[in-house]
Amino acid sequence: MNILASVFNSAVLNSALTSVHIAEAGANSVPFPLLTMLILVPMIGAAVVALVPKTRHEIVTTLGLGVSGATLALAVWLMTNFDKAEAGYQFASKHQWISQFGVSWNLGVDGISLWLLVLTGILFPIAIFGPDERHERKSYVAWLLLLEAGVMGVFLSLDLFMFFVFFEIVLVPMYFLIGGWGHGNKTYSALKFFLYTMFGSALMLVASITLVALAKPKLGMYTFDITQLAEAGLGQTTARWLFLAFALAFAIKVPIFPLHTWLPDAHTDSPTAGSVILAGVMLKMGTYGLIRFGLFLFPEASSWFGPVMLTLGVIGIIYGALTAVVQKDLKRLVAYSSVAHLGFIVVGIYAITQQALSGSVLQMVNHGVSTPALFLLVGWIYERRHTREIAELRGLQKMAPVFAGVFTIVMLSSIGVPGLNGFVGEFMILIGTFLTHRWWAVVAASGVILAALYLLWAYQRTFHGEPDAGDSMEDLNLREKLAIAPLLFLIVFMGVYPKPFLDRIDPSVKALIAHIEGKTSVREPEVAKMRGVIVEGAVEGAVEGAVEGDAVKTEKPANHEAGKATK
Amino acid sequence: MSALLLTVLAQAGDDIVQPDAALAEAGVVVEKLLMPAIDWTAIAPSTILVTGALVLLVLASLFRHSKWISGTYIWITLGTVATAAFSAWRQWIRVRPGSFTAIADAVKVDGFAIFITVTICCALALAALVVDGYLKREQLEGPEVFVLMMLSASGGMIMASANDLIVLFLGLEILSIALYVLAGSHLRRAESQEAALKYFVLGGFSSALFLYGIALTYGATGSTNLGKIATYLSENVVLHNGLLTAGLALLLVGMAFKVAAVPFHLWTPDVYQGSPSPVAGFMAAAAKAAGFAALLRVLLTALGTLESDWRPIVWVLSIITMVIGSILTIVQTDVKRTLAYSSISHAGFIMIGVQAASTKGVSAALFYLLTYTFVVLGTFAVVTIVGRRGDAAHSLSSYEGLGRKAPVLALALTLFLLGQAGIPMTSGFVAKFGVLSAAVDVKSYAIAIVAMLASVVSGFAYLRIIVKMYFSGDGEDTPAGAYAVPLGTKIAIAVAAAFTLFAGVAPQALLTFAEKAILR
Repeated sequence: MNILASVFNSAVLNSALTSVHIAEAGANSVPFPLLTMLILVPMIGAAVVALVPKTRHEIVTTLGLGVSGATLALAVWLMTNFDKAEAGYQFASKHQWISQFGVSWNLGVDGISLWLLVLTGILFPIAIFGPDERHERKSYVAWLLLLEAGVMGVFLSLDLFMFFVFFEIVLVPMYFLIGGWGHGNKTYSALKFFLYTMFGSALMLVASITLVALAKPKLGMYTFDITQLAEAGLGQTTARWLFLAFALAFAIKVPIFPLHTWLPDAHTDSPTAGSVILAGVMLKMGTYGLIRFGLFLFPEASSWFGPVMLTLGVIGIIYGALTAVVQKDLKRLVAYSSVAHLGFIVVGIYAITQQALSGSVLQMVNHGVSTPALFLLVGWIYERRHTREIAELRGLQKMAPVFAGVFTIVMLSSIGVPGLNGFVGEFMILIGTFLTHRWWAVVAASGVILAALYLLWAYQRTFHGEPDAGDSMEDLNLREKLAIAPLLFLIVFMGVYPKPFLDRIDPSVKALIAHIEGKTSVREPEVAKMRGVIVEGAVEGAVEGAVEGDAVKTEKPANHEAGKATK
Repeated sequence: MSALLLTVLAQAGDDIVQPDAALAEAGVVVEKLLMPAIDWTAIAPSTILVTGALVLLVLASLFRHSKWISGTYIWITLGTVATAAFSAWRQWIRVRPGSFTAIADAVKVDGFAIFITVTICCALALAALVVDGYLKREQLEGPEVFVLMMLSASGGMIMASANDLIVLFLGLEILSIALYVLAGSHLRRAESQEAALKYFVLGGFSSALFLYGIALTYGATGSTNLGKIATYLSENVVLHNGLLTAGLALLLVGMAFKVAAVPFHLWTPDVYQGSPSPVAGFMAAAAKAAGFAALLRVLLTALGTLESDWRPIVWVLSIITMVIGSILTIVQTDVKRTLAYSSISHAGFIMIGVQAASTKGVSAALFYLLTYTFVVLGTFAVVTIVGRRGDAAHSLSSYEGLGRKAPVLALALTLFLLGQAGIPMTSGFVAKFGVLSAAVDVKSYAIAIVAMLASVVSGFAYLRIIVKMYFSGDGEDTPAGAYAVPLGTKIAIAVAAAFTLFAGVAPQALLTFAEKAILR
């Protein structure tokens, strides 16, 4: 199948994209079109799965796992070949696409998108074989693979048009997954999800076209290439209006309070795999968009609207947490916890300091590991008991001790307990925000406590106590253990040793902050630049850029440890 | 009217053939009738279609007792369409250095006309493929549906290449009268007859208004020739322009009726619902293409100097068409009515390209028309099959469980509906993108925003059909083989689906074609 795929790929590449190689990043250049393959492998896989005849239904899961496994392998290969010293886009590949519109097939990866790609690669195999979804396997797997292609495309696109295409195309498979395999009021939720997002992206499309049209006189041509568009030199008011249109689309996707109402419905009624992907990577499209397009294309507007976004982020943290406390349905509770966690990420983005932004990027990955794990566990509870009502579950710990243990670890990670992954990101976000927006950080910090409240309380009610007579609960079986193991490993590994992650995130974040400083009067406070030094307790005077890079990298674990100590 | 025609012909200064001198010598008194030279290649596509229609009619009546004859209708039609498309391609080569006018300046051959001709050829071929199976299923004998479709298409082509308001009117009437009859071509359905009558009465009114508009414009400018009107208006300042403005308004009404723009859309839902399903698809594609061809040519070439007068009108028409069209789409319970209202809102989208009044706007509108032709005919092809014998099962509930009962059909319809909603990777998205960027280029931001919001609203209506197909119960029991798809319909659906995807992923060549097809 692989040979077939590669033959087909080259055919597609040669015809659909007039194969004009424009740029290929120097040091990292691989003759193999790695990033394009990340999109095409699952896309072709989806087509192959869809064409499997009805009589060979049983091979569908294997095929799906094979395709998503191959995609994961590509993502891991990408990770190992990623140059951590390089801040710009790596593995870049740019081809003419629709030259009439100035659209190119323009892919690249940097520290901000790298881990999201790897995360996507990890989550899809888990989503395919983790939940026990039996009916209509074929279309189920095909939609999931198509979704994977779309998600990869979103995180790889460096062209506004392409980004929009993938941003909107993911709605279709997700709509079918919720509507076809969901529970409860699934049709309503699927429609609400689709229309909400479509509404947001409608204005974004107009804003993208406007941006390109306004940039034309300066750039001399129509282009959707974001690195070129960033130099468009728009007027202040124009940039703010355009930013608003983009921010609306992303705010719905994140979702930022008060545009979050689609999320609990979509999560509650979606199948487990849908929730895993929705929480794991699809919400990150919003926050990723705010960074990649919001901060990068409209730095001045971003900082001008910063206080508003910070406030909405903080409201999201508190509101999400408080609403989660009173939920009766376990899955809805996790959904609202997502609103709170995403609030943290938004706060980190608009603090515009390096720690906070790095923290946000890391927290996107953290949340993408722990919340899908929670959804998997809740889904397995539902498969066993056919209910997710907290009131109807009791004493699960007695009946399924391993299950309870796994749930505890995942829950603690979601709360942000030191030593597990959730802590590192939240801590960096709070520190970074404190430097520029003190009071927002203070209020946001209370969200950590609230998270402990709703999750621990829910755990207590469902897992502790004596089980009701006649209740039963199987423990995790092998398939489920295999599915959750990689996530557990990441939860612990990223909590104990986040350095390899931050090493790759930091240079790109630093470059982005420098880009913002170059375009606006916003300045990161000096103290933020000396963070490694402060934690060490040694005041060594001004630290210059190049030196600072090293200092940051080596001091990062120390920073983390110190945080633990102070807590 | 014939007097007017003579005036047109008499206006021809050059290309005049002298009457036969021999007759005069023989003492026969000949009244001088000045005939212009006829450049057959200029009107080749429409002439070929009319010829094909006549041949089909003659053959069908000569061999009406033979069984085999009914099988040849579709082949004769397809052959004629192919020949017409081939002659359009010959024209395309000929106009590469520059457009030309022919037959005493009454016909203009340029890229624009050829593009519309090709679009109508595509519509005709797809509709004919679907009609073939439809007629057999409904046991309707006789070649008249094919004949009428060819005649109607030839009228559309005449409209596209008309360089004179009178020729434009002739084309409009040839197109419309054939369509009136087509709407009533299902002899055993009262709804079909009703649709025909409604369409005829309302269409007759709009034609009359259009004709009156021609008269007023002639009165104000002294010519019905589009080029001469443009010259007159650019050389003279019309101080009391009431006559001209009234003429413009009436012309607009007539053409807005044909493209089904609000508030001249009221016929659309009833006619689409009553007409035979493939005919409704043909109407949506071909009549819209021809109507927009006329609209663009008259407004941009003849009345280009009045741009500041008509642009606001088209702007308003476009916005209310999109808004009202899409809002009414979502309250329909009949799929054919849904599609009728969606075709109204698509007309609003195409009008965005018209109101941009730029070459970019024209090529965006052309591209939109071409992609819409395939999408809408594909949709109606599926609707024809789902309608089953009797062509009556068109309520939303008829689509319940289609995803399980006929998965391929349901998947194709999903693709077409997503295409109409403008989801990326389908032709609908590229088309929408084109008109939006044309609007943004001339700084019409408001219309672009309204357009996108309207597309979300109508997106709901399309999703509702998809919901019925996949996420609801099995619906009514249908006998086995109820969704049998004849070969012709299969081909039509496959071609339309392939085109929808292809133009969504690799539209470069088509965009270039539309870009070169400008008005000149």
